[in-house]
Parts: sequence; structure tokens; C-alpha cells
Amino acid sequence: MFDGLLEFFKSIFGDIAAANILALAVYSVVPLIFILVYGLIAILGEMKISAWIQDRLGPMRTGPKGLFQPFADILKLLQKEDTTPTTADRTLYNAAPYIMFVGAYAAFAALPFSAAYIGARINTGIFFVLSIASLVPVSIMMAGWGSNSKYSLMGAMRSVSQLISYEIPAGLALISVVMVAGSMDMQTITHLQSGGIQNWFIFGGPKSLDGFGGTSNLVLMPFLVISFLIYLVASLAETNRVPFDLPEAESELVAGFHTEYSAMKFALFFLAEYANMFAVGAIASVLFLGGWQSPFGDFLGGPVFGFFWFVLKGLFFVFLQICIRWTLPRLRVDQLMYVCWKVLIPFSLFAVLGVGLCVVMLNR
Amino acid sequence: MPEIIDSHKIATRALTKEATFRAEKLEPRRVRTEEMLLNMGPQHPSTHGVLRLEVVLDGELVVDVRPHIGYLHRCFEKHTESMTYPQVMPYVDRTDYLASMSSGHGFALAVERMMGIEVPEKVEYIRVLFLELQRIASHLVAIGAYGLDIGAFTPFLYCFELRERIIEMFERTCGARFLYNYMWVGGLSHDLHPTVPELCREFLKESRKAHKEIVDLLTFNKIFVERTGNVGILPADVAIAGGASGPVLRGSGVKWDLRRDDPYSIYDRFDFDIPVGTGLVGAVGDAWDRNWVRVCEWEESMNIIEQVLDTYPYEDTTNVQAAIPKRIKPPAGEIYSRTETPRGEQGYYVVSRDGINPWRVKQRSPAFCNLSLLPHISRGCLVGDLIAIIGSLDFVLGEVDR
Repeated sequence: MFDGLLEFFKSIFGDIAAANILALAVYSVVPLIFILVYGLIAILGEMKISAWIQDRLGPMRTGPKGLFQPFADILKLLQKEDTTPTTADRTLYNAAPYIMFVGAYAAFAALPFSAAYIGARINTGIFFVLSIASLVPVSIMMAGWGSNSKYSLMGAMRSVSQLISYEIPAGLALISVVMVAGSMDMQTITHLQSGGIQNWFIFGGPKSLDGFGGTSNLVLMPFLVISFLIYLVASLAETNRVPFDLPEAESELVAGFHTEYSAMKFALFFLAEYANMFAVGAIASVLFLGGWQSPFGDFLGGPVFGFFWFVLKGLFFVFLQICIRWTLPRLRVDQLMYVCWKVLIPFSLFAVLGVGLCVVMLNR
Repeated sequence: MPEIIDSHKIATRALTKEATFRAEKLEPRRVRTEEMLLNMGPQHPSTHGVLRLEVVLDGELVVDVRPHIGYLHRCFEKHTESMTYPQVMPYVDRTDYLASMSSGHGFALAVERMMGIEVPEKVEYIRVLFLELQRIASHLVAIGAYGLDIGAFTPFLYCFELRERIIEMFERTCGARFLYNYMWVGGLSHDLHPTVPELCREFLKESRKAHKEIVDLLTFNKIFVERTGNVGILPADVAIAGGASGPVLRGSGVKWDLRRDDPYSIYDRFDFDIPVGTGLVGAVGDAWDRNWVRVCEWEESMNIIEQVLDTYPYEDTTNVQAAIPKRIKPPAGEIYSRTETPRGEQGYYVVSRDGINPWRVKQRSPAFCNLSLLPHISRGCLVGDLIAIIGSLDFVLGEVDR
């Protein structure tokens, strides 16, 4: 897609540096536009799905069936006064939302949206996404400390300990797939899963990798399913969603680390949270559910449909997270750590061991 | 009372269980840390009104809690001295605003006892019906809001939807949705609306369904059980010493309900059970038990309502205001009269000096006594537990402050 853009701009401006820069700018702004559009859909989705779960109608007044409610919400946030507490550490306080959003946005750069579009094809793509997501705890700590509010500080401390802990099972769960695929490049991993639903890594991966004509997939599958479920649970914690929403536990800490934020700074936190929700869903779909590959082999395949499948799979995980949020209560701090260190990590280590043994012994 | 002695044994066992539970949590720390004072409320999402808590925290650990009350103090007791008895009724509604019917009935009963008024049977039936509906409405708020405290938003709305049906019956009968001024001295403000028995039967059907749903969805949810079981254990002797009553006392295993132990109105005609906490998921008297007692009482109230509907004198055309005296002026003397409201023993101490105004009124607030136990049961717990304990006590600040 980048080459196409470059050709297009060269045909207008001639072969100059400006064409290159313009093409690069347009190319890199695609994920941003995607995040903004997706943000609107996700906000409306959250409102409508929660209403559906709770026997309500949700917003109905703004536009037909309340479809324009997210626009109204954003306009409201834009008009609000941007306050800073007088005792706040202004530098940290002001920088935090931007760093949070940068972390979320940068993760989108390495997501393969379709065969034709990936922001940056890095040969250690998964590694990049996991590490750039670590900017989130940094910004949350900055927000919590910089706000100089006790609720914010407690929320931030909870959040950082939670995110750092849950990165381990999430990373271990992804390692299982990386071992089978033999690559950390997300585009390569997606390409491997071509040819339909039976080749997705959650079902043991592609037959072509199997020296035994598909039989070793049956051995691999349970381990990969465990990894998938572990990643699903850990990703809920990574995005601070129920039942792991302790950092912003409303009934305990008012609003957690963003208690003191208002207007667009708050909106950035909000947007980053939603972007992260999609990002973890996208990672799960790339590694386990074939990414932009069609579940029907070549039917409805191709770059354009690839984008459709990728977004559909990502949104499915977002839907799942929203449904969980409006169903389950919240865990306590010690139970949160218990789930991570005593349940998820041992199981993910077990899965890694199982996959590793399979890969070595079955000669894949 | 054999029940109390039995439950005391259970509670002692619970205490040792709790001690080991806490010892595991409070292992010696090597790093020196400082305590933090956190001011929770009066504006806070889960202090249920305008309670202010001064919490001393060591990290996430609660070292001490000091509740501060009085933000909703409206001089109710002093006001009554300058009002006639019927004028007091609307004020009484505003003390326990989640169970206005019950508070109103308590005061009306006290004055009726002073004046020796016999209330017509039909009025008693309507009173019991509405008191039990009010108990369900109040418990629905308590159960739903408790889920909210634990982090589950959805059951709250399910509970409120059901509560709306009860409020509709009240509205049809007396025109008010929240503060009814319905129970008058010697009678009622309006006769039962003719559609209410029909609505009530429909409500019971839905209510039984919803009861099962809430039990499945919330009460026995694994996370909910983990969050509330073994949290804020209130031993029976502490509960009795602190003057606790209602579901808080019964949650600790003490079978004490004024509807049975000091019967009033026509409660002796109905067959109902008094649920107590049994430590189903943890120790007796933990937060889960208190909530469980409310969930069970919801069902018991439905049983009472069913019996009321079956035996209600539908043919009786007595005027509900027939027994209301022309002039409400109790003879000189004093009385303490108590009823079982959804929150516990609500008593009225009324002193009359043979005038049309009470000389002195003192309301014994169950929520006040229950709230006073908070510091005793929340030391050494985590911040999340503190919220769980506050929710399980189910107080209404309007009644605490009066």
C-alpha cells in the first residue's frame, strides 16, 4: 500500500522528497483515523450493549436511535474546562495522557490490518507490541503521582502492580504460538494460517508445518487453547477492564488514576483504554484466530476482505470485554495477584512446556 | 435464649478462624512504611449517602476507621415538639427514606398504643401488606447497591426495575412514590386501590423469578463470594453488645425478629421463617451472611404477602379512616414502641404531657447502632473489604442522623 501511495504522490508532485514525506504521513495516519472511528463505534457499543444487558434502551435522543451520542459526548468533553489541581506536578500531570495515548497508538503500528497494510513490518512485531504497551503503566504512574490525590495514587499503584504482573502470563501465552510459528513477525504468522479455519493456531496451526500430516496438531491443540484462554484473561487485566478494573474501581477509588482529569485529557485516557481493548483483541486474533485470514480459505479473502475479517475479529473481542464488564463483579487486590501468580503463570508455563516438547519431539 | 448461646459458640470459632486469616495477611513487614489518612466522603460513590469516613491506611490495609455522621441532621426530634401528631408523620417518613412506610407505621403505632386505639382489621391487613412490600423494596435497594459496591453494575438495575413495580402499587394507592405519609394514627390516608391485589399477584410471580435470578447471578457468583465471604465478621456477642438489630444481627446467627419476638399488628396470624446467617461460604456473621439474610427475607416477605392476599377481607367496606380520632391528644404519659423495619429495631419513645404536640420524641435508629459497629469489624481489612463491609451494613444516613 505504501508503494501505491508513493506512486500516487510522485505522479502529482514529481520525484521529490515532499512526495516521500507526504506518502509516509498519509500511511502512518491510517491507524490514527482507525482508532478515532473505532473509538466512536466502541463508545456507542459500550452504551448500547450495556443497555441491552440491563433491559434499558440506552441513549435514544441524539440522532436516530441515539446513533450520534458519541459525537455529542466528544463535543461535551471538548467544551469542558481543562483543569489542573493547584498542587499537582504539572509536568507529569500534563504529559501522562499523551504518553498513554502514544503507547496505545504505537501498538497499532505493528498490527497487520490486512495483507496490504501493516504500519511497520518488524521482524519482532509481537515483542514490539508487548514492550510498547509497557508505556501504559508508566503513564498511569505519572498520572497518579502527578495528580497529588490520594485516590489517584492508590489507583496508580494498583494499576502498575497489576499491569506488570499480568504482562508475564500474557507474554508466556504468546510465546506458545511464537514457538509453533517459528517467527515473531505478525504478518508472517498471519500468512502461515492461510487456507481456512482449521489452520488457525488455536486449532494447532497449519498442516504444512506438520511432519506427520496433521496428527501432531491434535497434540498441540489443548496447549494452544490453554494459552489462548490465558491470554484472554490476562488481556482483560492489561486493559483494566472488569473483573480486573481495580485501578479505576468506581466504588472504592472514585475514578482511580484519572480522578483529577477533565476535558480532553480525560478523553485521551478514555480513547487509549478503548484503543488498548482493540489492540489486545487484535493480537489475540492475529496469533490464535488467523488475523486477517478468512475462515473459509480463499473465499472472501484478499486484502480488502482481509481488513474486514481483521476488524471483525478485533471487534468480537471488544464485544466480549464489554459483555464481561457488565456481568461480573470486581476482584480484590490480593485475589487479583493470586489469580496472576498462582493460577495463570503456572498454567501458562505448563502450556509453554507442552508446546515446546511437541515442537522438539514432533520435529515441527 | 438457646439460639444466642449456640451462635456464640459458632462466633467464637469464627473469631479464631478470622485470627489465622488475618495473621496470614498481616505478616511482619521489613520495610518501614508510613500510614496515610484518607478522607472518604461525604461525597463518595459508595458511602451510601453523606457518611464521612476517616480511614487510616497502611498501603491497602485499613488500620483504623472513624465514621463521622451528622451531614444529614435535620433536627427531626426537636421539630416534633412544635408540631401536632399528624404533622409529625411526614417528618417520620423522611428519616428512613428507603422504607418510609415502616417508619411511618412505627410512629403511628406508638401513638395508637398511647391512646388505646383499636385499628380495624382491614387496615391491619393493608398495613402488613404494605410493610412487607416496603421491606422487599428496601432490601432490593440494599442487595442491588451491594452488588454495585462489589463492582457488578447490572443486578442493581434489575433490582430497581422490580422495585418500580412496588412503588407503582404505592403510587396508585396513596399518590406518592417515595415519601408516602400513608400510615396515619388510627388508620390510613387512602383505601387500598382496587387494582393492587391483582398487581401484587403479578408482582409476586415476577419477584420469585427475579429472586432466583439474583441468587444465581450475584449472591453465589464466585467473585462475589470471594469478595464478601470471611470479610467483616461480626460475632454475635459484639453484635448484641453494640445494639445491632435487623439483618445485621440475624446475619451473625441470632434469631431475633420483633415480628415474632414482640408481635405487633397482625403478624402473629402469618406463618413465616426468620432467616439467620449460617456461615454458608465463610464464617458466621460475615458480609455475605448479612446480604444473604436480606435475600432470604425477600423470599419470606413474599410468603407473607401471599398469605395476606389469600386472607384479605375483600368484601369488607369499612372506611379506613373510621378509627381516626377527631382530636389526636394522647393522655399524659410515655411509651416506647418498637417495630421491625427493614433495617432492624426502630423504636419511638414518645412522652406526652396531655397536649396536641408531643412533649418529647426520641427515635431509636437501627442503622445508627449498626453503623457504630463499623470500626470494630473493619480493622485490618483491605480498602476493597471496607467498601464491602459498609455495603453489608445497609444504613440510611437519613435515619442515622435524623
